[in-house]
Amino acid sequence: MASLKDLRNRISSVKSTQKITSAMKMVAAAKLRRAQEQAEMARPYAERMSRMLGSVADSVVAGQGPKLLVGTGSEQVHLVVVATADRGLCGGFNSSIVRDAKRLVDELRGQGREVKILCVGRKGRDQLRRTHGELIVETIEDVNKPYPSFEGADGIAEKIRRMFDAGEFDVCTLIYARFKSAISQIVTRQQLIPFASGEPEETEEQAEQALPAGAVYDYEPSEEAILAELLPRNLSVQIFRALLENNASEQGARMTAMDNATRNAGEMIDKLTLQYNRSRQAAITTELIEIISAVEAM
Amino acid sequence: MAAEQVEFELVSPEKLLLSEPVAMVVVPGADGDFGVLPRHAPLISSLRIGVISVYRDKRNEVSEKIFVDGGFAEVTPQRCTVLAEQAVRLGEIDRAKVEQELKDAREDLSDASGETERKAAERSVARLEGMLDALARA
Repeated sequence: MASLKDLRNRISSVKSTQKITSAMKMVAAAKLRRAQEQAEMARPYAERMSRMLGSVADSVVAGQGPKLLVGTGSEQVHLVVVATADRGLCGGFNSSIVRDAKRLVDELRGQGREVKILCVGRKGRDQLRRTHGELIVETIEDVNKPYPSFEGADGIAEKIRRMFDAGEFDVCTLIYARFKSAISQIVTRQQLIPFASGEPEETEEQAEQALPAGAVYDYEPSEEAILAELLPRNLSVQIFRALLENNASEQGARMTAMDNATRNAGEMIDKLTLQYNRSRQAAITTELIEIISAVEAM
Repeated sequence: MAAEQVEFELVSPEKLLLSEPVAMVVVPGADGDFGVLPRHAPLISSLRIGVISVYRDKRNEVSEKIFVDGGFAEVTPQRCTVLAEQAVRLGEIDRAKVEQELKDAREDLSDASGETERKAAERSVARLEGMLDALARA
């Protein structure tokens, strides 16, 4: 049985763990508020952008237009962009994104496609390296420091565009966690290239604000010129949005995880304290019995 | 006459900057400035670096000038939506700071080695020059 000293040490170490987890929870809660605000602010831009792009894309004759819109005509090589956090201790956040990524990769490979992985975030790379290390072409870290910026997202988009122009892949899919609430994040796959229009969440508003059927936009300077500018911009915007959602999700997941950890530590302390008091009393009782029996023997 | 109004929206990636009904806006289109009044024909245009003038109540009185570094505008009969990467009110620009930044950016441009670095530097020089130009004209 553990001695009194051991128990005392255990209790004090669990107590300091609890202090750390509750501090982390507080920090995550503060960051979550900020991240959530940011994610919500960014939504209108992304929505309007995809609405605009959608209406331009509709007017393009099928099979024509830039490659970013219609694709390369082949589906042989897939690029999977896995966006995770740089840090751990946030519950199942990273693992659930990685799990979905693995599933997608295995599916695609099962169909005989070639797959390349681009990791955004250190944790994703760490977890994928063991099983799919040979597929990772690049890792981008620290995009969220000190907070997700549009420049950072633009950098990633630039990299993807360059790879696409060099013909290194045909289809690009982004995997990230969409923020729903602090306890619920939804792992989402989004196809970035070729452009897939329509996001299910905002169809209602879109339908309401869309032009009456038959109305045609004028384009200035020209349809092609606008598409050529709009498409790369859209890529950056979608990635930026994913980073923001991911950031909010990460903080939410961490807050929940740390809340649980704090509670568990509390339970542990109660249990250990009980055990400690019992053994202390047992020790006292034994000592008393020893004294009494010694007195009686005399 | 109860004047008809245009729903004007100005959005940047970070946030929704402006969303209100206005009498008229003048937007710096890629092929030249154009004004948007109610019942404008549907139009999508890219923007150059320049200044958006907002005429909130009357069509002959500028109530706000906003600098944008390019972007896109979508115009429908009821609405005018501008997507800009960066948008600042002219009154909030600090001339001395911009001049300093422009000097730095020019230095970056002459030091730039790679293709992407050079492009980025060129872009920021153009943006800052546009900002000073807008200030000079205001």
